[in-house]
Amino acid sequence: MTDPRDELVEHLGAMRAFAISLTRNTATADDLVQDTLVKAWTNFDKFEQGSNMRAWLFTILRNTYYSLRRKRRREVEDADGIMAESLSQKPDHDGRLNMRDFNVAFEQLNDEQREALILVGAGGFSYEEAAETCGVKVGTIKSRVNRGRARLAELMNMDEDEPIEITDVVTAGIVAQQSHA
Amino acid sequence: MPKKRSDRVEREIDQNLKRAFDALASEPLPDRFTSLLDQLKAKETSDNASASDDQEGRND
Repeated sequence: MTDPRDELVEHLGAMRAFAISLTRNTATADDLVQDTLVKAWTNFDKFEQGSNMRAWLFTILRNTYYSLRRKRRREVEDADGIMAESLSQKPDHDGRLNMRDFNVAFEQLNDEQREALILVGAGGFSYEEAAETCGVKVGTIKSRVNRGRARLAELMNMDEDEPIEITDVVTAGIVAQQSHA
Repeated sequence: MPKKRSDRVEREIDQNLKRAFDALASEPLPDRFTSLLDQLKAKETSDNASASDDQEGRND
């Protein structure tokens, strides 16, 4: 008989990425993932079989993060720009500069917008799942996502009507990447 | 004033996000996570074996 908890390991990478995007610090993120794993394991009976395990794990992770942050507001502040760092290491095509700018812009969003964009834009969560994960209304998530996108577009001057030349290169690279992901 | 952003801009933002997130998510994981899972599993097995054992409940 297979243990449903064996599936936990499949979400480790995504949990860690989410943790890094929240904490912006790898060491803190790893502690957060560790705490989340222990909680998920010991409360596994509360997981509804067949529902979205990633969403469930992200909810625990997020709650853990915010209660931790309330406890020690100071310590968690040393953001080290991981998001930008991990990407600039990639020996990429022409999309690289664009990506770095993007990450710098992303860092400027507020926590709520970043989180909503990570869940919906990057994590493929539905608005409903993201709303449940964050404990807010669906409309709230939608407006955070919209405002976050608008801010990013503004910071990167993406709102102009003229096409951004680099776009197609970036898009092509992403599509290529996804197809053998 | 901000009229509807083009779908292209929106798509590009999401693709950038996704790319950034996936890059992070596919980084090598620290061993501590898998060994933690192993420990949890092992602990449970031994707990079940001696069911009367004091439960080391964490007081969270």
